[in-house]
Amino acid sequence: MVHRAAPAVVVRDLHARRGTHPVLHGLSLSVPRGLVVGLIGPSGCGKTTLMRSIVGVQIVQSGEVTVLGRAAGTASLRGRVGYVTQDASVYDDLTVRQNLAYFAAVLGATRDDIDRVIDATDLAANAAQLAGSLSGGQRSRVSLAGALLGSPELLVLDEPTVGLDPVLRVELWALFHRLAATGTSLLVSSHVMDEASRCDRLLLMRDGEILADDTPAGLLAATGTDDVEAAFLALIAAHPSNAPAAREAGDS
Amino acid sequence: MNPRRTLATSGRVLTQIRHDPRTIVLLLVVPSLLIGLVAWIFSDTPVFDTVGPAMIALFPFIVMFLVTSITTLRERRTGTLERLLSMPLGKGDFILGYTLAFGLLAVLQSAVAVGYSVWVCGLTIKGSVWLLLAVAVADAVLGTSLGLLASAFARTEFQVVQFMPALVFPQILLGGIFLPRDQLPDALRVFSDWLPLSHAIDALQAVASDSQDAAYVGGELLIIAGWIVGAVVLGSITLRRRTP
Repeated sequence: MVHRAAPAVVVRDLHARRGTHPVLHGLSLSVPRGLVVGLIGPSGCGKTTLMRSIVGVQIVQSGEVTVLGRAAGTASLRGRVGYVTQDASVYDDLTVRQNLAYFAAVLGATRDDIDRVIDATDLAANAAQLAGSLSGGQRSRVSLAGALLGSPELLVLDEPTVGLDPVLRVELWALFHRLAATGTSLLVSSHVMDEASRCDRLLLMRDGEILADDTPAGLLAATGTDDVEAAFLALIAAHPSNAPAAREAGDS
Repeated sequence: MNPRRTLATSGRVLTQIRHDPRTIVLLLVVPSLLIGLVAWIFSDTPVFDTVGPAMIALFPFIVMFLVTSITTLRERRTGTLERLLSMPLGKGDFILGYTLAFGLLAVLQSAVAVGYSVWVCGLTIKGSVWLLLAVAVADAVLGTSLGLLASAFARTEFQVVQFMPALVFPQILLGGIFLPRDQLPDALRVFSDWLPLSHAIDALQAVASDSQDAAYVGGELLIIAGWIVGAVVLGSITLRRRTP
């Protein structure tokens, strides 16, 4: 079974800086195959640095990142991992189709594949429009469409649903689950807590650390809460750095 | 490196420029207008026949340097470079793709500049106009490749614009336009021998005055080509897939 296979991503004791700033201090996690895994945490907690490390464009200080059984950043992984950066990385002076045609040429994907990803991201009506003339949500969908080309085995999506209309957001989550059902592994970050319930598994992150790695239901049961935000707060309160002594010192 | 990806990159860059007609017009017309201005300044003197060839080297070189370095920096700033480098695109594909795209523009730009200098401004060319065009194209491609290299070291638009005075102006000052290179102080003359623009200007002047044979001009062209290849290779090596 796909799910029993080795995890899509294994990170062990990862230390990384963004610029000169230490962001990840000894982080470990694993992303199972064929599931939608949510990386949930506030802005600035290190989600992007972690995702960049998995994709292999981040200089890391130490630690191990294994993606689909190989060291992250290995040349053979570049066609097997799709990455969507937080800000839409598309060419504003090209049309939607021209953007995708270029990415397809780099990946060696077919013309049919371009049509497929345009449909999947609901961009058919905008295909001939310049990316620069699109709304923010549409541009980020072009960026997402580019990552879907060539059907990569792992998708790393940095806040792909930010600023989207709720109907479209529901559609995209449905798309993520359809992709997972065909065996694609997805790591999707968000700083919006209520998106957590749409994931198969959650990684809750804060200050460069993973606070929890569980299913949404398991997380709520373990913390005795009934929404992810409350669970997040409960985990922060229970964290060693917020032990009673430290908190009393803060109160006085 | 892979020809399909290199050519896809060139095609993409040219399509981007096609969507920006004002840039195309500026690219093609500005060097010629400047050459025309120089010809007008010296219209009552014989000076234009001496400095005209150098102007054909100068303006396309500067324009291509600026346009290329800013375009590639923009790619870095908008995150598309990071995206491409996470994809199976070779660093050489990227740099060479840009060189070919801007090289094609350089051919058009140089053709306009040479044609305008000869037929409108009345620049006397004693040698072959085709050889003059070949040197002019090599010179504009040199501007492109140095611009690509410079943008690898720039993090912001402010930095990349300042690479122009830092890398380009010394070549202009020492290229023999202000003072023939053989009259420079020894140290500066030796230094100017190492600068690629000096060779472009020497070659253009040699063709214009027909003072040297084709082998001399070919040798100068080889030196310029060496610089182009060097800048493209160094630009590919200094491009980093992983950034801090």
